[in-house]
Amino acid sequence: MNTDISLQLQQQVEQACEQVSPLRIVCGNSKAFYGSMDERMASAETLDVSEHRGVLSYEPTELVITARAGTLLSDIEKLLDDNGQMLPFEPPAYGKTASIGGTIACNLSGPARAWSGAARDFLLGCKIINGRGEILCFGGEVMKNVAGYDVSRLMAGAMGTLGVLLEVSLKVLPKAEMQSTQLFHCSSAEALEKIHAWSQTPLPISASSFHDSTLRLRLSGATKAVKAAINSVGGETLDDAAQYWHALKEQELDFFRPGSPLWRISLASDARSFLPDLAADNDFLYEWGGALRWLKSGVPADSIQQAAAELEGHAVLFRHPQQQTVFQPLSPGLLRIHNNLKRAFDPQNILNPGRLYPEL
Amino acid sequence: MDRDTTNMQKAETIEPWISKTDLIQALQEFIPDESVLYDEEDLKPYECDGLSAYHAMPLIAVLPETIEQVQRILVLCHEHHVAVVARGAGTGLSGGALPHEHGILLSLAKFREIIEINPQRRIARVQPGVRNLAISQAADQYGLYYAPDPSSQIACSIGGNVAENSGGVHCLKYGLTVHNIQQLKIITIEGELLTIGGSGLDSPGYDLLALMTGSEGMLGVIIEITVKLLPKPERAQVLLAAFDDIVKAGEAVGNIIAAGIIPAGLEMMDRLAIRAAEDFVHAGYPLQAEAILLCELDGTNEEVSEHVLQVREVLKHSGAIEVRTAKDEAERLIFWAGRKAAFPAVGRLSPDYYCMDGTIPRRQLPRVLQAIADLSREYELPVANVFHAGDGNLHPLILYDANKPGELERTEEFGGRILELCVEVGGTITGEHGVGMEKINQMCVQFDSPELQQFHAVKAAFDPQGLLNPGKAVPTLHRCAELGAMHVHHGELPFPELERF
Ligand SMILES: Cc1cc2nc3c(=O)[nH]c(=O)nc-3n(C[C@H](O)[C@H](O)[C@H](O)COP(=O)(O)OP(=O)(O)OC[C@H]3O[C@@H](n4cnc5c(N)ncnc54)[C@H](O)[C@@H]3O)c2cc1C
Repeated sequence: MNTDISLQLQQQVEQACEQVSPLRIVCGNSKAFYGSMDERMASAETLDVSEHRGVLSYEPTELVITARAGTLLSDIEKLLDDNGQMLPFEPPAYGKTASIGGTIACNLSGPARAWSGAARDFLLGCKIINGRGEILCFGGEVMKNVAGYDVSRLMAGAMGTLGVLLEVSLKVLPKAEMQSTQLFHCSSAEALEKIHAWSQTPLPISASSFHDSTLRLRLSGATKAVKAAINSVGGETLDDAAQYWHALKEQELDFFRPGSPLWRISLASDARSFLPDLAADNDFLYEWGGALRWLKSGVPADSIQQAAAELEGHAVLFRHPQQQTVFQPLSPGLLRIHNNLKRAFDPQNILNPGRLYPEL
Repeated sequence: MDRDTTNMQKAETIEPWISKTDLIQALQEFIPDESVLYDEEDLKPYECDGLSAYHAMPLIAVLPETIEQVQRILVLCHEHHVAVVARGAGTGLSGGALPHEHGILLSLAKFREIIEINPQRRIARVQPGVRNLAISQAADQYGLYYAPDPSSQIACSIGGNVAENSGGVHCLKYGLTVHNIQQLKIITIEGELLTIGGSGLDSPGYDLLALMTGSEGMLGVIIEITVKLLPKPERAQVLLAAFDDIVKAGEAVGNIIAAGIIPAGLEMMDRLAIRAAEDFVHAGYPLQAEAILLCELDGTNEEVSEHVLQVREVLKHSGAIEVRTAKDEAERLIFWAGRKAAFPAVGRLSPDYYCMDGTIPRRQLPRVLQAIADLSREYELPVANVFHAGDGNLHPLILYDANKPGELERTEEFGGRILELCVEVGGTITGEHGVGMEKINQMCVQFDSPELQQFHAVKAAFDPQGLLNPGKAVPTLHRCAELGAMHVHHGELPFPELERF
């Protein structure tokens, strides 16, 4: 459970760098469906990080945990839970083999995201191997650190294209004393109105979802605060709420049954309707107070991404029967910066080429 | 304190390919004459930021008013190889806005518009010159506020906050600037306007929002910021606890967090700081104490009541000799007044003081405070400690007299050793004030050459000619090599038993 294979990984990257042969970084493989896969990746040699495991330090009163990238997400969650703490961004695992490294590399966050923050918000530091085979440390184990550029957060969501994550340090938080989920039957427009009105008041909201004319609102915090909030928002209290939020996070709800392509749309929470002529209300599931919308739709990618762009948001083809992910295209200016950054970390373009964008 | 910075910048000097007269003329073509300053007298206000020890005169200072003007200035600088230093309100404490003697000082002071407040989305879209506090004031009518609250919030600009990733007393619970912004518009050195982030909570591609935050004007000029707003808490309550031993106060902080409570603010002051503050604002602080803790709890009424009771118990169990709860809002503000005035209060004790900004893992507090006390004796300079205790951010204030020969040099050396100590115990040389010019040497202690090289490569991805704020934030390898022997390598640290990155 506690093995350090960083030197072995470093050697493999050095070799790949010398031979200019691409590497496909793999850990728990639970998110293999996510990110694009072109020929370069299909033929690339595998760099397997999963054996690089172990929690290196965890001091509950410091609110920080440091672990090797291959450490199972479930092991970390269990350890934190035993100490009354949690990863506040509620990462989806999408499988038992999910690792902490993969979790950070994808920067995916669960139902609490709109209120607690995303994976990147809790990343304090990391150790990486860049595309030159150098082992580098950025950030650290302290909450406040502005020495140098924030390279650690740059790794979150980079899908391994800028570096191989070796270790990550994350801020953790105490678990809420009490949680309760309230249920309301209403239209999507009413749901958005309600959630925006509540969000402007200091209620202890920690998650929301809307689908099938049902709004669910999760309240978390001190017992008295949650009880008072239940009184003020009303609605029915949902039994088995923890199980619902887990199923939502892991995409185990009926809504997520494989079938039509699944889109993840991120946009302003108060955007009323998205593609009103092409999608029905029930093709959507809303989270994050309306700022995240899952859409099941076979509408061409261009149209969906165009519509998202018009609302200054973005759309990701998240799950597709053909196992392809399509990220929203970048503006030419941003693409140039992305290319330059990629070259700055991985000049030979050997780390997960094309996994994020074909150009990178 | 007084430092001639000419020498410090030597290695990083950027010589313009255009004469001063021609540059002035070119600027005056699209910027009103009164906003292009070049007389020594007019330039004087721009010669330093909040760290007045470091000063230099820029070639020209420009005060544009429109995005297009900023674009044209940058195009001009890019074309003629002119260094550009962006400046917000100039309250920075690390010499980040220190002018470049052959370059342009680009003031964003005229960008003062709050473009939009959207209570539904809980965001404000503002120009970079807007003062931090002005955002909360404007959002107040909706019951919302902008959480990061640096002590300088009445003066500092939001653009400067983003450039420094500033924090405040409430960042333990509400995060730093990086956690509270959603979108930036920046202008690259080529004059291109880029939008980073979007209307939603995330955006495609690399996290450039995080990369820009805390980048100290090195990667681009921030021209618009969309900040997140939060609902104002229903209630805030403050407890003041006195301890006869600073170590016990440190343990109390850990105990509060172990109880599952994240206070909105958790601040510590040592004996010298308590006395200085008390003499200055008469907050009623217990003068017999070796340390006091201020613990602010906020949230709904019920939550605060519950937490106040719990925290009182924890503080007593941790050995507090006295615990007071502010009985009303007026008393809460008095409790805070002492802490908020701590810097000027300490300033009254001696002709000059020098504020440090290291962060350490909290468990290292006793050891670090002991080491600071020992150094204080060694250098014969008193130190007052003010401390964002919740997140381990120390502000030791070294008292000295710049008029005494050699005292400034001793102070700087002492300060440098405190920062090195912070690195040794697994912390960092700067928690919120930034590296700027001031801590450029300590960067060589915190990072090895490959990391520094990686930083330079990141910089080059935005600004290959190195025209934006040259010589700041990241030292050249050459500079570190000259500083030489001080460099500590990973694995060869003086305390190998400590876990750290
Ligand atoms: C009394 C006092 C108390 C303070 N308390 C705190 C505190 O509690 N917490 C804290 O974090 N800081 C604190 N500070 C430090 C300082 O106020 C912050 O760093 C602040 O964010 C600086 O903002 P500014 O507008 O004054 O920036 P400036 O000093 O003008 O500039 C700071 C840096 O940002 C760059 N910059 C400014 N504007 C832009 C822009 N638009 N685009 C690109 N780069 C830009 C500059 O080039 C420079 O590198 C304090 C300072 C003082 C004097």
